[in-house]
Amino acid sequence: MNMSRPAPQKKAVEIKDVSKAFGNFQALKPVSFDIYENEFFTLLGPSGCGKTTLLRMIAGFEQPSTGEIALRGTNIQSLPPHKRRVNTVFQSYALFPHMTLEQNVAFGLENLGWPKERRTARVTDMLRLVHMEKFASRKPQQLSGGQRQRIALARALAPEPEVLLLDEPLSALDLKLRQAMRDELRTLQRQTGITFVFVTHDQEEALDMSDRICVLGDGEIQQLGTPTDIYEEPSNRFVADFIGETNFLDAEVISLDGDRATVSIPLGVTLNAPQKRATVGGKAVMSIRPEKISLPSQDGQIATEGTIVGANYLGGYTHYVVDAKGTVLRVSKRNSRSRDRTLEVGQSVRLSFAAESARILGT
Amino acid sequence: MNQRLRLPSWNVLGLLPAQLIMLLTLIIPVGIIILVSFSTRGPYGGFDYVFTTAPYKQILFNEGWSGELEFNPQYLIVVARTVILSLATTIICLALSFPVAYFISLQKTSAKMLLIYLVTLPFWVSMIVRVYSWIIILGNDGVIAKALRALGITNNIGSLLFTDTAMLIGLVYSYIPLMILPVFASIEKLDPALVEASHDLYGSRLTTLRRVILPLCRPGMVAGAILVFVPCLGAVLEPVLLGGGKTMMMGNLIQLQFGAARNWPLGAAISIVLMCAVMIFLLWRGIHAMRKEGRENGA
Repeated sequence: MNMSRPAPQKKAVEIKDVSKAFGNFQALKPVSFDIYENEFFTLLGPSGCGKTTLLRMIAGFEQPSTGEIALRGTNIQSLPPHKRRVNTVFQSYALFPHMTLEQNVAFGLENLGWPKERRTARVTDMLRLVHMEKFASRKPQQLSGGQRQRIALARALAPEPEVLLLDEPLSALDLKLRQAMRDELRTLQRQTGITFVFVTHDQEEALDMSDRICVLGDGEIQQLGTPTDIYEEPSNRFVADFIGETNFLDAEVISLDGDRATVSIPLGVTLNAPQKRATVGGKAVMSIRPEKISLPSQDGQIATEGTIVGANYLGGYTHYVVDAKGTVLRVSKRNSRSRDRTLEVGQSVRLSFAAESARILGT
Repeated sequence: MNQRLRLPSWNVLGLLPAQLIMLLTLIIPVGIIILVSFSTRGPYGGFDYVFTTAPYKQILFNEGWSGELEFNPQYLIVVARTVILSLATTIICLALSFPVAYFISLQKTSAKMLLIYLVTLPFWVSMIVRVYSWIIILGNDGVIAKALRALGITNNIGSLLFTDTAMLIGLVYSYIPLMILPVFASIEKLDPALVEASHDLYGSRLTTLRRVILPLCRPGMVAGAILVFVPCLGAVLEPVLLGGGKTMMMGNLIQLQFGAARNWPLGAAISIVLMCAVMIFLLWRGIHAMRKEGRENGA
């Protein structure tokens, strides 16, 4: 998915040592990173991690306490929101209730002083882009949530912003619509070629749509990388825990060899696996994803005995909870054949995992 | 289902006290006024129950000795002055209220409560006292005149009191809280995200005010305008105290008919005309608002 990105990449947004404090509360510690042109960039984190604050600082609604923000190489620090070539899709959509959809979409263009003909053409194009051309003369309160969402997108995209900011735009929609809108957003980004900066607390959304994800936690960057990087190579326990599901096992670091570590884990085995930030004698955890554990065990992997203590059938997958010598492991098993026999609770099983699938994370 | 069917009868019973109060304090007195307005003026004031439309004719015409009607604009001038002063009051109140209400809405919750309390504070003092205080301020020996004299700017500023301006100041002062409160309420209801959205879409502060804030605060402004305009039409204290009874408004014209002029039927007739004018105005507003709502909700 990331292969198509052209190199060298031009920077759309540069965040340099930007921090934000509200009174005594440090919402965001100094962070620095770049967002590239034509990228679907996601700021991901739990609520209160500073992601919305960061977005609002790019839009100009908040001023950074320190640091500076540049848009296409130009410092926009001193520019008010209405002079920044950046548009926002608000969480509540914030459509003007007294204007028709057409007028809503045209609002930005009028303020930019586009001549009437060009404006009308652009509004029609935008409404068509979001499949809302039939509703042009309606008012926002006559629309469903998904339709409002589309108009908010059309309105924000119409003035051809250099960067489009999206503040949890899917959170107000129901599950089914949310999934459909993910695809639409992704398609829209590709079609328009505009840089999207997307804020969400939903890790699945982030993995699904993004070119790159910046995971924020406790007001700082936890990890920045492609969805694959972040899922497969979490840089710390926070990221491993926040993105997807995982099993954490206490690990005692015996020796370190560059980016690998030899550890002993409570299952009574010693293994050598990729590591990050581990120290000999220091506290560390081993993270192993539920789908990377084999049930039943496979040859050549680290194997252990266990008892099934829980089984949840989810259609495509069955989630098992296994008690392995006092360590509780969650295992996700694909039901690859029709009517795969589910394992019974109380059954004794042998399970295994490859050392290469495990990650040792220092804390 | 059963309960829903029974509900209406309870509603009617529950409303009975309110309806009774309305009947005794509003419907019956208005009925009496209508009755009086079609009665003949009594020889010693008061009225006799003899049907006549004379009081209504009297509003526009003088009756000559031989019974011929002669157009007389004197009451019409009072009506015009009343409408103009009321309109001016409404407009000035609107212009002053909006910044005040907006400023209050930007404050922290505690400061907001205090400021709103301060806006309503004058209501705790008698209207007469409040209007009277303007005599002290505007009078020949009043605060303004004395201040100007003390500063040596002018010795004779002419009379500030007993003019249309004095009445206007009094009216604005009296009714401005009725404008600030609904305007404030509508600003409070405004979603701050809409203001941000306007800025985000390249709207300057002025554009945002003109195209987003003001249109969305219109309901509050209309409510405030009605709350100010309607009582202004019937204002009595301001013209009596600040207009000195020299320049009349409909309110003190009516009062005069029931008092010194001893022409109850004419007073009643003017009252009915005033009431009808207000009702037509409000009805027009109501229909307008309903049509607009219908347009917006209909697909």
